[in-house]
Amino acid sequence: MTWDIFVALLAATVLAGTPLLYATMGELITERSGVLNLGVEGMMIMGAFFAFIVQFKTGNPWLATLAAGLGAACIGLLHGVVCLVFQGNQTVSGLALTIFGVGLSDYLGAPFIGEKTVGFQPFDIPLLSDIPVLGEVLFQHDPLVYLSYLLPWAVMWFFRRTSLGLALCASGESPDAVQAAGLDPVKMRWLGIFAGAFFVGVGGAYLSLCATHMWTQNLTAGKGWIAVALVIFAFWRPRRAMFGAYLFGGIMAFQLRLQALGTTIPSSLMMMLPYALTILALLFSSARGKGRSAPAALGDNIAPGA
Amino acid sequence: MRFLNCAAAVLAVCGMALSPLASSAHAEEAAKNIKVGFIYVSPVGDEGWSWTHDQGRKMMEEMPGVETTMMESVPEGPDAERAIKNMCSKGYNVIVATSFGYMDAMAKMAKRNPKVTFLHCSGYKHSENMTCYFGRMYQARYLTGMVAGAMTKKNEIGYVASFPIPEVVRGINAFTLGVRAVNPDAKVRVVWTRTWYSPDDEKKAAEGLLDVGVDAIAQHQDSAGPQTAAEARGAYSVGYNTDMSAAAPKAHLVAAVWDWNKFYKKFIDEYRAGTWKNGNYWYGIKDGIVDISAYGAMVPEDVRAKVDAVKADIISGKYQVFTGPVKDQEGKVRVAEGQVAPDDMLLSMDWFVEGVIGTTK
Repeated sequence: MTWDIFVALLAATVLAGTPLLYATMGELITERSGVLNLGVEGMMIMGAFFAFIVQFKTGNPWLATLAAGLGAACIGLLHGVVCLVFQGNQTVSGLALTIFGVGLSDYLGAPFIGEKTVGFQPFDIPLLSDIPVLGEVLFQHDPLVYLSYLLPWAVMWFFRRTSLGLALCASGESPDAVQAAGLDPVKMRWLGIFAGAFFVGVGGAYLSLCATHMWTQNLTAGKGWIAVALVIFAFWRPRRAMFGAYLFGGIMAFQLRLQALGTTIPSSLMMMLPYALTILALLFSSARGKGRSAPAALGDNIAPGA
Repeated sequence: MRFLNCAAAVLAVCGMALSPLASSAHAEEAAKNIKVGFIYVSPVGDEGWSWTHDQGRKMMEEMPGVETTMMESVPEGPDAERAIKNMCSKGYNVIVATSFGYMDAMAKMAKRNPKVTFLHCSGYKHSENMTCYFGRMYQARYLTGMVAGAMTKKNEIGYVASFPIPEVVRGINAFTLGVRAVNPDAKVRVVWTRTWYSPDDEKKAAEGLLDVGVDAIAQHQDSAGPQTAAEARGAYSVGYNTDMSAAAPKAHLVAAVWDWNKFYKKFIDEYRAGTWKNGNYWYGIKDGIVDISAYGAMVPEDVRAKVDAVKADIISGKYQVFTGPVKDQEGKVRVAEGQVAPDDMLLSMDWFVEGVIGTTK
């Protein structure tokens, strides 16, 4: 493998990892507040659809991205209604949300299949894009990629340095303690669901506005599920999630190039790589040590009036 | 005249009582109303495979006495069976299903509805009331390969492929034979995506090939993802299904295209005339079912002339693709000099010809 191919592979890794990064970061925020939302795939594809339709009607990709985030967040709020208001089973509700989102996007999007949009175009960041290697790998993409670089650090700052972030994380660890401190853990979980779904939606927007510039069925193609696994892979830590997203994106980009170079490994095995890695990651993360465990109250509903 | 009208009316009334006359009038009525139901595996709006068939359906709509309906994105399996059953119960007398995976559902429903005619595209089962039909797309692939082979400067062409099944392998082989007929040094690199329609994955696969150093991209998929990748990188592209030049106006060299209208028109005409025979049909360029699109502006006159000449030879039967000697990747002779690969071999092809870089696994 020559140097040029390697650099191109790294650039492709960033592009393939970006939608995973947004979706993983979104689900991570939700889970840190104590809510398991398996509806990532459904919210992500609805985000992709909202982004497409707003871009299609208004021609403004920023407005489209905002619509994707808010739209997906509204879908996510359904999960909140089931789990936070009616104390429903989080796993079942999340699965239902995925089926609902995929179905609804198919239904609403049917008249637009194959329609193209402009969306975001790549632009080189002045000076930074001229740095050898690093410039090509990191700074010759579209705006949503650049924003995604900041996301893990912003989330980390929010978790550690803001009282709201600390209360949100505490709601995932010990809702009783939050209650005792005079705060409302249910409110924190609403926030976790809303903010998490927002970023999942932006991940969807990346697919329709940057990756394909069009609308079609099944645009997410299982990326939402990889994000769910990546949160566990990352031990619920933002920077590790960024690493995981790029690792997965990198494997997807790598196997395509390995095929192009003429490997004799069967393509079915190559396609399996990201999923095999998911299973491995889950195996490793089940051997939990210090700082690797899930939020203690993840998946537990908060009894009303408790 | 009035007398004649009266006579006709009297005859008509009499006819109601006379069963032979009544049934012939009924048959005439039925022949007037051909109700055709189409079942597609993917959305029509994609300008891909299903779109090419839906063009045929729209053409049928224009024909007098033909009514049509269609269902898109019908999953292969039990859902397909339900969709077919539903159409039969609504009085559709012709069912058209255009994906390989519908074959067993079609065969089963054909047995249960002997009066309905079933047309199944890309399978191999046929019966008294069921036809299987497909096109020799490999002929068009060969011609598009000639164009790409003449235009490549790096002598490396990328081919984004869906699934390693005989249909796709055959297309890659024919394309490569075409490439090397005009450019013996050129190689064709294959990447499998294991998708039929996934714009993002298919575009990324093409980008992988371009990164590795090809300067032209061909594809066997329904999305134009690979075309857009070639356009963005300033490479050449060869389309499939439809012209696809809209997705890559500067990259488009030529495309291997389907034209199902000719088949569907022939079917309706013969069905109405009562001469349609169910069976196994594999149509080629000669029948107009497969063809190549218009050339891109950058394709020079001499290349066009050469390709057009071979196309004429394929139509006249003077030349056949897969005429020996054809060697596989290991250099083993698979088709001996002077012989032509029989259809059996083409239909079960699971090896690549010399010049392909990749694996059929």
